[in-house]
Amino acid sequence: MSLTTPDAQTLTFLQKVALLSGIAGLFIMLLAAFNIHFPNRALFLALSLGLIALGTIVFARQMYLKKSEGIKNDGVWFKSISSRGLIGWLTGVVITGFYIVLYFYPQYLGLATANGANTGLISLFDPLSIILNGKPASQWFVYGTLYTLAILIFGYKFMLKYRHNRYQQLRTVSVMFFQLGFAFLIPEFMARLNESPDYNLPYYDLKSIWPLNYYLFDSWSIKGFLSSGSLGLSLLIFGILSIFVISPILTYKYGKRWYCSWVCGCGALAETVGDPFRHLSSKKLSAWKIERWLIHTVLVFSVIMTTAIIYTYLGNDPNQYWLTRQTFLFSVGGFLTVLFVVVMLFKRHEFGKDAWYGAIGYFTVIAALFILYYSGTTDHVFLIKSSTLRTAYGLYIGSIFSGVIGTGFYPILGNRVWCRFGCPMAAILGFQQRLFSKFRISTNGGQCISCGNCSTYCEMGIDVRAYAQKGENIVRSSCVGCGICAAVCPRGVLKLENGSLKGRVTSNERLPGNAVDLMTLIHEK
Amino acid sequence: MEDIVIIGNGISGVTAARHIRKICNQFPNIPNKTITIISSETDYFFSRTALMYVYMGHMTFEQTQPYEKWFWEKNNIGLKKGRVTHIETDRKTLILDDGSEMPFDKLIIATGSKPNRFGWPGQDLKGVMGLYHKQDLDNLESYAPNNRVCKRAVVVGGGLIGIELAEMLNSRHIPVTFLVREDSFWNAVLPDGESAMINRHIRNHHIDLRLGSNLKEIKADENGKVRSVIIAETGEEIACDVVGLTAGVSPNIDFIRSSAIETNRGVKVNRFLETNIQDIYAIGDCAEQHEAIGNRKPVEAVWYTGRMMGETVAQTICGNRMAYDPGHWFNSAKFFDIEYQTYGWVFAKPGTHEKHFHWKHSDDTKCITVSYNSLTREFLGINTFGIRMRHEVFNRWLNEKRDVDYVMTHLSEANFDSEFFARYELEILSAFNNQLQSV
Ligand SMILES: Cc1cc2nc3c(=O)[nH]c(=O)nc-3n(C[C@H](O)[C@H](O)[C@H](O)COP(=O)(O)OP(=O)(O)OC[C@H]3O[C@@H](n4cnc5c(N)ncnc54)[C@H](O)[C@@H]3O)c2cc1C
Ligand code: SF4
Ligand code: SF4
Repeated sequence: MSLTTPDAQTLTFLQKVALLSGIAGLFIMLLAAFNIHFPNRALFLALSLGLIALGTIVFARQMYLKKSEGIKNDGVWFKSISSRGLIGWLTGVVITGFYIVLYFYPQYLGLATANGANTGLISLFDPLSIILNGKPASQWFVYGTLYTLAILIFGYKFMLKYRHNRYQQLRTVSVMFFQLGFAFLIPEFMARLNESPDYNLPYYDLKSIWPLNYYLFDSWSIKGFLSSGSLGLSLLIFGILSIFVISPILTYKYGKRWYCSWVCGCGALAETVGDPFRHLSSKKLSAWKIERWLIHTVLVFSVIMTTAIIYTYLGNDPNQYWLTRQTFLFSVGGFLTVLFVVVMLFKRHEFGKDAWYGAIGYFTVIAALFILYYSGTTDHVFLIKSSTLRTAYGLYIGSIFSGVIGTGFYPILGNRVWCRFGCPMAAILGFQQRLFSKFRISTNGGQCISCGNCSTYCEMGIDVRAYAQKGENIVRSSCVGCGICAAVCPRGVLKLENGSLKGRVTSNERLPGNAVDLMTLIHEK
Repeated sequence: MEDIVIIGNGISGVTAARHIRKICNQFPNIPNKTITIISSETDYFFSRTALMYVYMGHMTFEQTQPYEKWFWEKNNIGLKKGRVTHIETDRKTLILDDGSEMPFDKLIIATGSKPNRFGWPGQDLKGVMGLYHKQDLDNLESYAPNNRVCKRAVVVGGGLIGIELAEMLNSRHIPVTFLVREDSFWNAVLPDGESAMINRHIRNHHIDLRLGSNLKEIKADENGKVRSVIIAETGEEIACDVVGLTAGVSPNIDFIRSSAIETNRGVKVNRFLETNIQDIYAIGDCAEQHEAIGNRKPVEAVWYTGRMMGETVAQTICGNRMAYDPGHWFNSAKFFDIEYQTYGWVFAKPGTHEKHFHWKHSDDTKCITVSYNSLTREFLGINTFGIRMRHEVFNRWLNEKRDVDYVMTHLSEANFDSEFFARYELEILSAFNNQLQSV
């Protein structure tokens, strides 16, 4: 059997050493998880993270720097890890298991029970946590540290892989920067501020925008902002501007890629750690259908959930907020109606058949608002407790979908499962991208040879070839603008561009080369 | 109801079928048609140009198929697996290899090419193969799965398919000796500077490139499998387990020669892609024009022309008799890591009044050659390596008959590289201006 299969990449000596180093680093964590007590935790934590980082970096350098610059997809479908082989499945199971423990059984990671000290893996991270925010670590701190480390070291690997491609390099530097600064360090410093009685800031990753950041408008979060002076207020205002002003403007100018491939933390993990799995996303038409239903359902759910939450606490403490429940409901309904009418009036044509999705979504939300208005009591909405709704969202969408499935299933379903099927932020940005954006992927006349590299390596499961071979530009709401389709195309057919809205969507059965417009000709007859 | 039968499910046949169906759907006044595609190669259309990526592990074979199964049903295009052995033009009937018959009202021959074999001794041994059909890929997979089974491979023929085969084998760490008859790679098509750059690039990938070398014979071992090759010029014997024969292709039409359809190298067609027999057409690699169109060859074995012929013949079949008019020449390829595109004509050896401007980047992976008329300064064509250019812009400039000075000063409009890539237009322009001064 092994004689007739392609060789697994033979490892160089240094790569073996690097592998050993990475395993040693992980082994330290494993020992800690099993409650082996390390005399000097700071040292061992540094050693563990250092060995993992060193191992990955050396391994990647060996892998790419010895070869010429260019596309490095040789053997992707032969390696067990990247072709849903045994190692792929095992990796999936391990990551999934890690997420389940992290979300639902943090005590097994050593999370302190009331008043006790951390033990196990979490205690290993205490020294770093104390340096950064003055408190012992939580499971989220451990997760955040590992997440950031993974993006940094695999981001470095990705940059080596694409060292001939400036677009890929720049966007990777960008996500590394935002992850390290915005998601990891700034919230820790904000936690430091909270040591003063003047501040009570909630955990806030500035780049995580509602509705991806579904707890931004939770009662505790809003209270935190409002009780943290002008800084708190500006942060809250920034959060609201992010979704209503900043992101529409940037998406108009650059497409949703400005967020999904340059800023977002979920995207950052998908593009770096998840890069070896991008070809596993399904390109079937049926997958696209599921995608559109699922992602828009999550969006509708998140809008209703957030509205219900705000509605509830506006009612609970009517004196604390200037906004009343009625005004709030009416403004949400009014905003959505204006949006809907404007889109239907001006963009009906671009929307095409998808108008149904928009209409169904819109009417679902409006119906929900009505029910809220007529049946909502102080703590019950839709006859259930609004906190139950929020918990359900947090559990099923926030934890299981985005974490357990979204990341745990990288080696099975591809690296953007969450971004493609679940993320409500992606749904909003995608909507803007389809209707009001200068962004498109241009195709280069008649040069496509239908080889299918672009479709294969599109992590969002877009059948890029279906457009390219007809000479049509790709204007798809799900495209995150990763630019990999353009990179892997062997004939230089694709280019991500921001240009004028006119002629953005081309439908071109006649490709350059043939001198006559075939369709109009027969039409004239 | 009219029965349209197409032999060959490659890009030409499939494009013809798609367009016929599309036109019929759009214009209900056109008489309805049944469409059947026959092929002996695979059940479904796949992209021949992507065969290399399957062997290299970039893609699965299924991913080379541009349309899912439902597509054929939805568009009511019948697919039949089988080999046509004879065409009876009088009875308008095809004879298949299982003895069955298939009648047609209109027939499109789109049977593509087959690899050339020049009668080398040993060319039919086990382990000797071309690279064209799916079966060749399967063959390669069994004789060259890795570098333990295949300790060395010899590729014979320095064209586009030969270099792809070398790259494929190289991706599995199989040592490759590449025999090229010419004294520089593909220099019947590429000007010297470009060809020389590709020679160096091939060698940088540790390919044992032998220029000016012809195959004399292939030797067998006791099992009838290839053991070694002998080089004609030096008599050197090179031990190897696989020999790839990639010395060009020719039309795959042997089964047609026994019919009343006129053939030469390919199936002879006029500008309307009609053969000498009414209601029988030929398109793609297997068609041969009575007279070459412009600077083109009478037989054009490239993807794009197959597609355009398919589009054109669909019009004719639907009642809008149309001449094949391929417009300006373009093509592209990739040599290991270097992408190549061409628009218009750049000949390897400039003809009278044709002048070349050549620029090469210092990293030896990017260059362009611009061809123009030295009297009128009309821009004639461009070859570009390592820099992507816009098809639409060059097509327009060629239509507008722009002069070379205009093209050189507006080159940035034609750039199609990804965002943030380094740009070379200024460097190119100053090299161009310097050259003018020094003349
Ligand atoms: C490895 C490789 C790489 C290439 N790369 C490029 C490239 O980058 N760019 C480019 O422009 N061109 C490229 N080409 C050339 C290009 O693929 C061909 O020009 C194109 O596929 C021809 O299409 P076609 O439809 O005319 O014929 P084909 O694709 O050859 O299809 C003909 C089909 O008809 C079938 N058939 C033949 N005879 C019979 C019969 N008697 N009965 C039933 N079925 C029959 C054959 O089995 C075949 O399936 C490449 C070719 C190869 C082999
Ligand atoms: S279409 Fe291209 S740029 Fe968009 S997500 Fe897919 S691979 Fe990335
Ligand atoms: S766009 Fe490029 S990668 Fe995609 S099918 Fe066409 S040639 Fe292949």
